[in-house]
Amino acid sequence: MNEFYVHTEQMTVGYDGKPLIRNIEIRLKRGEILTLIGPNGAGKSTILKSMTRQLKLVGGTVYLGGEQMSRMSGKEVAKKLAVVMTERIRPELMTCEEIVATGRYPYTGTLGILGEKDWEKVHEAMELVHALDFKDRDFTAISDGQRQRILLARAICQEPEIIVLDEPTSFLDIRHKLELLAILKNMVVRKKTAVLMSLHELDLAQKISDHVICVHGDQIEKYGSPEEIFTSEYVHHLYGITTGSYNAAFGCLEMDPPKGKPEVFVIGGNGTGIPVYRKLQRAGIPFAAGILHKNDMDHEVAKVLAAEVIEEEPFSLISEENFQKAKKRMETCSRVICCVDVFGPANEKNRQLMKLAEASGKLEIR
Amino acid sequence: MHKKLHIRYWASFGLLVLMLILFIIWNINSGSIPISVREILEILFLGGGEETARNIVWEIRLPRILSAVILGGALSVSGFLLQTFFGNPIASPFVLGISSGAKLVVSLVMIFLLGRSMMASSAVLILAAFAGSMISMGLVLLVAKKVKQMSALIISGIMIGYICSAITDFVITFADDSNIVNLHNWSMGSFSGMSWENVRVMAVVVLLSSLIVFLMSKPIGAYQLGEGYAQNMGVNIKVFRVALILLSSILSACVTAFAGPISFVGIAVPHLVKSLLKTAKPLLVIPACFLGGAVFCLFCDLIARTAFAPTELSISSVTAVFGAPVVIYIMIRRKRSAQ
Repeated sequence: MNEFYVHTEQMTVGYDGKPLIRNIEIRLKRGEILTLIGPNGAGKSTILKSMTRQLKLVGGTVYLGGEQMSRMSGKEVAKKLAVVMTERIRPELMTCEEIVATGRYPYTGTLGILGEKDWEKVHEAMELVHALDFKDRDFTAISDGQRQRILLARAICQEPEIIVLDEPTSFLDIRHKLELLAILKNMVVRKKTAVLMSLHELDLAQKISDHVICVHGDQIEKYGSPEEIFTSEYVHHLYGITTGSYNAAFGCLEMDPPKGKPEVFVIGGNGTGIPVYRKLQRAGIPFAAGILHKNDMDHEVAKVLAAEVIEEEPFSLISEENFQKAKKRMETCSRVICCVDVFGPANEKNRQLMKLAEASGKLEIR
Repeated sequence: MHKKLHIRYWASFGLLVLMLILFIIWNINSGSIPISVREILEILFLGGGEETARNIVWEIRLPRILSAVILGGALSVSGFLLQTFFGNPIASPFVLGISSGAKLVVSLVMIFLLGRSMMASSAVLILAAFAGSMISMGLVLLVAKKVKQMSALIISGIMIGYICSAITDFVITFADDSNIVNLHNWSMGSFSGMSWENVRVMAVVVLLSSLIVFLMSKPIGAYQLGEGYAQNMGVNIKVFRVALILLSSILSACVTAFAGPISFVGIAVPHLVKSLLKTAKPLLVIPACFLGGAVFCLFCDLIARTAFAPTELSISSVTAVFGAPVVIYIMIRRKRSAQ
């Protein structure tokens, strides 16, 4: 026995005996969330399907609770592992409650009739995902978000020790994405469930995962904590991003900056610049941003959207050198936009820039 | 809600049983010689009644009625299994060409035996039909593996059906024997001319298979959510799929062996039953399908026998009249719900 609830040894997955991804080593404890990320078609689903025995392993071993999974019976596995899959199901004439009730399958007798206790579990699970309101509605008549919650409730009432979810948040709007992940987190904390899932939303993966696995090419390229994985450089590499960029600090995506010589100079700071940067980016007008402290939130966005950023070290007064640089740049621009309305010792030089622009008649105040 | 549904389930089963009894009596009653209800009860339960009437009831009408009940049930259960298996609401032994495959092999065997002046026993007929079913089923499965599309599966099934029917017609036309006339009737589908021996054999085969199907309600229910979920719930998919294929083939083979190919029962009845029960739970749908199939076939056979008496219609032409509209309705409704 080892402390990991799920672990794989040299697992190689693929279709029809042809290896797709080799030597996968997964380690997951109870009460932890492990997320698979990677580009489309990288094989995230293949890995998940192999671990839930829907696909035959090409090589290696999967251990579940210390036991070799290939030696366990279907029922044994069903009591420990539940799945939520991406494939849309269209069951005929089944209410949401009935769908959830199928989760009790491994616990019922030959004819699959649920007892009083089983129904209690069903309702508990439905309450956990806030689905009791629509329990009697037909499964095909509810929204995607509701459907996903029902499928999660189904998995929950199977009372698993690990839940495997394949892109559970696809098709959901942001509210339902957040709700779904909150429910998962809740289960992890309260019931010490282990969660293994694939996610497309990097921002969410970064926030909810304890560990992240990056699937790229024919191997697991990286395996670590979200802090190690979610750097702009690595995400650019993993997804092969060539247009636009990924901002690791905000976990958001930015479009390509407008190309060319700056036409507008934006005096920003304290987050006031961001809406202006975006507007200029949308209009395709190249701009210079200044003078920004490197710890200013405007700096994060200006870095990727501006043609030029005049930046200052954190917490220091703006140097004369940078002031001159900004002044020079401002003179070549036809417009100057000042977004800042609060000036103090640190950005005193920005106020001077504003005054200069005002004198030359280029200034626009935001 | 639960209470309301339970009432609905009981009422539905009550209705089906009532209709079954009604149609059995009606079927005994009607024919070239009408027999009154009182006489029927006397003949059936007291062993009384007039000699000819007793012979008609016991030797002609009762075997025919029982085979309609048993085979009708078998057909619709088989249809339900195939619909579950393929995830396709209009899959049935007839549409997928399984009945036609059975028909082809049975007629070949019958002609071969008739040529040597031997009569085919019930067991031989069933085995032949089963072999034919499995051949067609094998072809359909091959196609299903290649194309995932629902319509393509149905079309290939219909094509297999046409090919088998064409070969059967060809063989029957050129086999010269007076007994072929019977064969021709059979190949159109009919419940006539059943012997008690036939009834006994079909009862054993069909009831046993149906019981096994009923006991498989739980995995079938899991399978309705798709293979992935069923597998996760602990269903051994490989074994389950083989069992489903074998059982549905045995059931439809049994029908074809005795009554020839019968269309539409396999599609229409499961659908009607599900609409009646307002659920697709196999635990309820399987027995209800059996009852419903029995009622539907009794009803159609009654019309086949009496509508243009003394000329008898083939059972398939009657089942088609009542079954085809149901299929069209299913298609329209699915289209609508897909939008």
